[in-house]
Amino acid sequence: MARVRTGVRAMGAVLAAVLGASLVGCSSTGGKRAEERAARAAAEGRSAVNTPRWTFAMVTHSGDGDTFWDIVQRGAEQAAVKDNIKFLYSHNDEAQQQAQLVQAAIDQKVDGLIVSLAKPDAMKDVVAKATRAGIPVITVNSGSAESKAFGALTHIGQDESIAGEAVGDELNARGRKKALCILHEQGNVGHEQRCAGAKKAFDGQMENLYVEGTNMPDVQASIEAKLQADKSIDAVVTLGAPFADAAVKAKRTAGSKAEIDTFDLNAKVATALQDKTLGFAVDQQPYLQGYEAVDLLWLYRYNRNVLGGGRPVLTGPQIITSKDAAELAEYTKRGTR
Amino acid sequence: MTTTEQPPAPAAGSDERLLHTSALRRLLGRPELGSVVGAAAVFIFFSIIADSFLRASSFGTVLYAASTIGIMAAPVALLMIGGEFDLSAGVLVTSSALVSSMFSYQMTANVWVGVFVSLLVTLAVGAFNGFMLTRTKLPSFIITLGTFLMLTGLNLGFTKLISGTVSTKSIADMEGFDSARKVFASQWTVGGVELKVTILWWAVLVAIATWILLRTRFGNWIFAVGGEADAARAVGVPVIRTKVGLYLGVAFAAWVSGQHLLFSFDVVQSGEGVGNELTYIIAAVIGGCLITGGYGSAIGSAIGAFIFGMTSKGIVYAEWNPDWFKFFLGAMLLLATLLNAWVRKRAEATK
Repeated sequence: MARVRTGVRAMGAVLAAVLGASLVGCSSTGGKRAEERAARAAAEGRSAVNTPRWTFAMVTHSGDGDTFWDIVQRGAEQAAVKDNIKFLYSHNDEAQQQAQLVQAAIDQKVDGLIVSLAKPDAMKDVVAKATRAGIPVITVNSGSAESKAFGALTHIGQDESIAGEAVGDELNARGRKKALCILHEQGNVGHEQRCAGAKKAFDGQMENLYVEGTNMPDVQASIEAKLQADKSIDAVVTLGAPFADAAVKAKRTAGSKAEIDTFDLNAKVATALQDKTLGFAVDQQPYLQGYEAVDLLWLYRYNRNVLGGGRPVLTGPQIITSKDAAELAEYTKRGTR
Repeated sequence: MTTTEQPPAPAAGSDERLLHTSALRRLLGRPELGSVVGAAAVFIFFSIIADSFLRASSFGTVLYAASTIGIMAAPVALLMIGGEFDLSAGVLVTSSALVSSMFSYQMTANVWVGVFVSLLVTLAVGAFNGFMLTRTKLPSFIITLGTFLMLTGLNLGFTKLISGTVSTKSIADMEGFDSARKVFASQWTVGGVELKVTILWWAVLVAIATWILLRTRFGNWIFAVGGEADAARAVGVPVIRTKVGLYLGVAFAAWVSGQHLLFSFDVVQSGEGVGNELTYIIAAVIGGCLITGGYGSAIGSAIGAFIFGMTSKGIVYAEWNPDWFKFFLGAMLLLATLLNAWVRKRAEATK
């Protein structure tokens, strides 16, 4: 008992010390307060419509702590605020678990459902169940080929093959000869399509390299080893923004001359594009995917509007180079690009 | 094990092993008693917190989630009572599904042929684990960690080599698929609740495991090798055979789970299954298995799986922020296990 009490006392002392220290040394620039000021200045989150408060659920194949899906979620949440929607988000990177989460959303009798189809075969039955239950479904990000067959209203995302081809063309324009495609999410069909598309359009040689996306040091080490083993590689394409940074570090360590290019954006990528550490980025505008998905469900419920005429609504690919990076930098910082 | 279930022969004088104990006393001595209380607590908690949790259709979803864990948790519990671990159980499920699918597709064989070959391959992995363990005398933690990593690589490497992508090709249009789907991945609707066939598999496996544990000589061996392997060997328990048998049991359940994965989704992703082995172990531990072996039950593993299913889906029905999901999951599991330990202590004190 006595030991417990001293433990509590020690904890109290530590807490007091932390609080004291934070009150003393204030910074007049940046930090949390600047962020709060900016947030206050931004639009006040109020709904712009007076439709009933519908509930929409979004179930994605994201792993824990994924930057890309964080932006999608942000877009969806802001659209939900505008459209007076109660927005539920859940995710799991295992197909079986994701299917169970969709089932849970159906059990909750939601008014609309947004699903990503990275593993389409696993989601087939449960999406069919949702449409049978009369829940409008919109698919986002991956699964453009299956979306219509599964009975979804619309698919919002980028066609991965087209995006890959855009990368291949851009690499040709930059006169690259041997490229490396880094896949960080094993089992993701969309990623395979990207690399295949890039390979198709690229005149040089292209190799795939699988890395463990949930383990950043491992990603860096794998790319490093590959660059050390093959000095003729002059372009590395990563499929996600956080991995571009790892590739840049790997390039430095390996003493390689390769140009690093990436899919997706984040604050680091935007600054790296500005100082030419990165060649180009291919953006698929995740914010738009989340925002439009919620908004289109709202339009369907309110006015039976369907966008896209039976074809996927494309949010990319958008090639971003050092020219455009400057104005995007502030948007990436607030986490919407 | 405290008592035998049979009423003892009255002639047996003052031998304490043959004392007649009351039914209540026997119930209180069961390893799974604490987890029953924990399950009730979790159930009541989510019934109050989440409106949609109590719907019949939601119950079908929770049961399904529990069954996918429970099928594996039962043999894993037996293995843990036998004093060993299996860290390769999670990816072995994926391996089993991959073998089945790719063999059928590549050989253009009836799907059942692939299912049978997959059973052989999966059992071979289980046998490998068991033999390595008994031959090398290394801890099972290390042996199965090696198997786990090797299987993860094999899953990916072979799938990529054979199919050219990271997932298998669809076998839905092949002969035998429909009958296999009926066996491994069908569902019935009972009064508006959708019940998946895995729930049946789960019940059967738990029943068999319980029967083995409490009613057979092999069951006694399991408790003996888990409690004190050297002493067990000294009194003539075949330690090697028992442990290999336990690993074969885990492999068999992995085969059932793998076939379910394949026939419910018809395409298998090669990178999945990593991390699930811990879920099975947690389910067994919540159900009253000791990490050190020699104590536990198969019914307890089922209740543990049920708690896990309720918690993981209940959090969704409660509409909590998914960022905190793992935190809540961990906290609930700790609380359930603590409650479990506390109940067991109270029960043992009344003996």
